[in-house]
Amino acid sequence: MSGLLAGKRLLVTGVITDQSIAFSIARIAQEQGAQVVLTGFGRMSLVERIAKRLPNEAPVIELDVTNSEHLEGLADRVRDHADGLDGVVHSIGYAPQSCLGGGFLDAPWEDVATALHVSTYSYKSLAMACLPLMSPGGAVVGLTFDATQAWPVYDWMGVAKAGLESANRYLAMHLGPKGIRANLVSAGPLRTMAAKSIPGFEQFEEAWTSRSPIGWSLTDQEPAARACLALLSDWFPATTGEIVHVDGGYHAIGA
Amino acid sequence: MTRDEIVAGLAEILEEVAGVNPDDVTEEKSFTEDLDVDSLSMVEVVVAAEEKFGVKIPDDEVQNLKTVGDAVSYISKAQA
Repeated sequence: MSGLLAGKRLLVTGVITDQSIAFSIARIAQEQGAQVVLTGFGRMSLVERIAKRLPNEAPVIELDVTNSEHLEGLADRVRDHADGLDGVVHSIGYAPQSCLGGGFLDAPWEDVATALHVSTYSYKSLAMACLPLMSPGGAVVGLTFDATQAWPVYDWMGVAKAGLESANRYLAMHLGPKGIRANLVSAGPLRTMAAKSIPGFEQFEEAWTSRSPIGWSLTDQEPAARACLALLSDWFPATTGEIVHVDGGYHAIGA
Repeated sequence: MTRDEIVAGLAEILEEVAGVNPDDVTEEKSFTEDLDVDSLSMVEVVVAAEEKFGVKIPDDEVQNLKTVGDAVSYISKAQA
């Protein structure tokens, strides 16, 4: 088998529709020779239907990243399908509606705590749950949305992403001695199921497409997916704790 | 397929995905208001309908499908 990821075994979280960034990751990974195992959350029957739309139907394991039993059992359940993991994709985020859409000043702690548990802490939880399956040369990759600035309507999700970006550096520090890398892709706005659940999300869209020097497509998940897979491949062997912008260059331009 | 056959097919999907009583599924019913189909369930209904009827229902089109009848019209046109 040939391809960028020939022989790699990947766990991909975060597929819910075929618009999901994780769906593009899984599809391109298979095209590049990887074996893919998916995890799904909540609406498992939908994830299973979508898994059938991949070039090769992928097995789906149920995983709620806030459920410690799910996390403890994950490695064994992956072993039913793969004898180890070379890469793990974290494409998970959630915030209750109170935390988004301008509600920053009024969101209660319980809701903020949920956002941080699912969107930030889970990056570490997922990596640790997969660690028994990983060996030197393995890698973890996650998805962020530039957390160095405040964005309209993103509110506590932005704080959760800032935490994720920091957690990525700490994960890199703590997993480095085991030979495992941890990196994030900072993608521009994409019209996924997750984006549609953010009220006022369209406020990002116009500025992004017009300011990005090479332009930006709101409906093309492939650039972000390719970057995630490049970071999981053998072509970034000395890169960890990094955030790669896949945003059309928007972050580099002031106005 | 006749409109009635498409309604029957959609009723099967709605029962499986969202627990809707098939007897309640008629052309004038709204998915969200009358049949209480939430947005994620609607996504799954669309995916299941694409497979059952062999059509493609683009995202932009889904928001125009307010009633069962809207969906029947779209599917029967797409099949033609």
